[in-house]
Amino acid sequence: MKKDCVFVYSDDFLQYKFHDEHPFNQLRVKLTYDLLRAMNALDDEQIVAPRIAMDEELALIHDHSYIEAVKAAGRGELSEQIALNYGLGTEDTPIFPNMHEASALLVGSTLTAVDFVLSGKATHALSLGGGLHHGFRGKASGFCIYNDSAVAIKYIQEKYGLRVLYVDTDAHHGDGVQWAFYDDPNVCTFSIHETGRYLFPGTGNVNERGHGAGYGYSFNIPVDAFTEDESWIDAYTQALREIADFFRPDVILTQNGADAHYYDPLTHLSVTMKTYRVIPKLAHQIAHEYCDGRWIAVGGGGYDIWRVVPRAWALIWLEMTEQSNVSDNLPKSWLDKWQALSPVPLPQQWDDPESLYPPIPRKAEITEKNAQTVEKALYPIRSQRQKANQST
Amino acid sequence: MIVEQIMKTPVITLQPTNTIAEAIQLVRQLRIRHIPIVDAENHVVGIVTDRDIRDVSPSIFRIHEHLEDLQKPVSMIMKTDVIVGHPLDFVEEVAALFYEHKISCLPIVKDRKLVGIVTETDLLYTLIQLTGAHQPGSHIEIKVPNESGMLSKAAAIIAKRHINIASVLLYPDQDENYKILVFRVQTMNPIGIINDLRNAGYTVLWPNLPGVSS
Repeated sequence: MKKDCVFVYSDDFLQYKFHDEHPFNQLRVKLTYDLLRAMNALDDEQIVAPRIAMDEELALIHDHSYIEAVKAAGRGELSEQIALNYGLGTEDTPIFPNMHEASALLVGSTLTAVDFVLSGKATHALSLGGGLHHGFRGKASGFCIYNDSAVAIKYIQEKYGLRVLYVDTDAHHGDGVQWAFYDDPNVCTFSIHETGRYLFPGTGNVNERGHGAGYGYSFNIPVDAFTEDESWIDAYTQALREIADFFRPDVILTQNGADAHYYDPLTHLSVTMKTYRVIPKLAHQIAHEYCDGRWIAVGGGGYDIWRVVPRAWALIWLEMTEQSNVSDNLPKSWLDKWQALSPVPLPQQWDDPESLYPPIPRKAEITEKNAQTVEKALYPIRSQRQKANQST
Repeated sequence: MIVEQIMKTPVITLQPTNTIAEAIQLVRQLRIRHIPIVDAENHVVGIVTDRDIRDVSPSIFRIHEHLEDLQKPVSMIMKTDVIVGHPLDFVEEVAALFYEHKISCLPIVKDRKLVGIVTETDLLYTLIQLTGAHQPGSHIEIKVPNESGMLSKAAAIIAKRHINIASVLLYPDQDENYKILVFRVQTMNPIGIINDLRNAGYTVLWPNLPGVSS
């Protein structure tokens, strides 16, 4: 096991909780932590406590007035109408006590991961409490209050002066991070997600390529609903390889929403654990090929917190620490501990069975359409490379 | 929505005496496709489009020949039968006008003076705004019988969940006994609404890929 990786964790992540019926449930981080501990894949010395992000750090991305509004909301002192203007008190982001502190901890967690990697104390770091990619400058959106990933990228720029490649494999478009750096050529954002035709937030089209100096540094691959492993992995692999080669980042930050799985209740993609093995594996390779290993991974969406997220997120850590050759059964102690609390039967194995879902009609067409989408998304890179080849 | 709300100002214009070369430069530099030609009183006397300019530009094989032609005034190539609009025109009418006359830009005139311009691009942008697609939200389609009151019934079900509706579109189904209601709702979790609608007997298309049940 590699020792130079850190896992940022605290039970306090569970304080980020809207209410009992809300799909966003940080118990999934604890479930992941517990799974890794149960299989002895996570040592005490690899676990790091998160710090709370300071207001100045939040203000790297967020408006002061918004931060104050979140604080007031958490104290129960914000009027309903004003709260709604900040996207607070909606169905997606209801107000809960001390919501500022809980949200600032998630940002601090990702900043802790950043500092470990960029100060050279760790090669890779995992902050599963983070990945709240929908948060906007002055507005909560899509279960996200503060955008830890956007804050972290700005923090990396200001403190370390490095060029960041942001890779977002959540089933929803990483809109908050994209818009935060839309005109910045020193941050490259790549999001692969289910098409916004039906799915929230609706953006993330191929033609969203950036603006002004940042034009050409924003990549989007919206895959069709019902996309399966093979097509998804193909799109992800081609795109990430070519984008990394084009941008040559100093560090990569990956957002690992685990909601593209067939079981996820909020989305319509049909990928399985196969995809969640490939995502961190390729990110890991890219980090070593281009960034001297510097890789920070965060969590994100993931709404089947029992059957999907613990396995998918554990695989990120296992990949980071070169222990990803797990297969067969999940640890019995973990299954025994959590099955009683789970409303669904827990999967017994790391990998999904071949017959997880009935065959998808029109698979060939979906695959063909996704391949076309990849071609469109990468067109600027490919045509540039072609020109360069011709002139040499 | 009226034209005044979507028209672009100020308008890039030329006078009839400006040269074709100047028009070419404007089109290239500002990446525009239409230049209204105005007189000293700012009255529209003609219009030059990128197509007019292409017609008089030298072929790429003859790029340095007959350059003197480009020193001729734009009045020699401008179209003079210009269709113009008014700031109070309805945006839908402009769309119909574009379609009917196969044009892609409309100079907007008030008191006979040019005050703005609306292009196909502006119309498309406005359409996107109208569908609410620029705000984060989920998209739900509901197939309902073509009867009165269906929209309000469906909307009432959504309202019960306190979820804001960003936009509504309504279009006929292939079967004329039905209509499709399209709601853009401001939530990442529309499952509750979808279940409510289905429990109330509605057909919810989400997502709606032919041959695939949702």
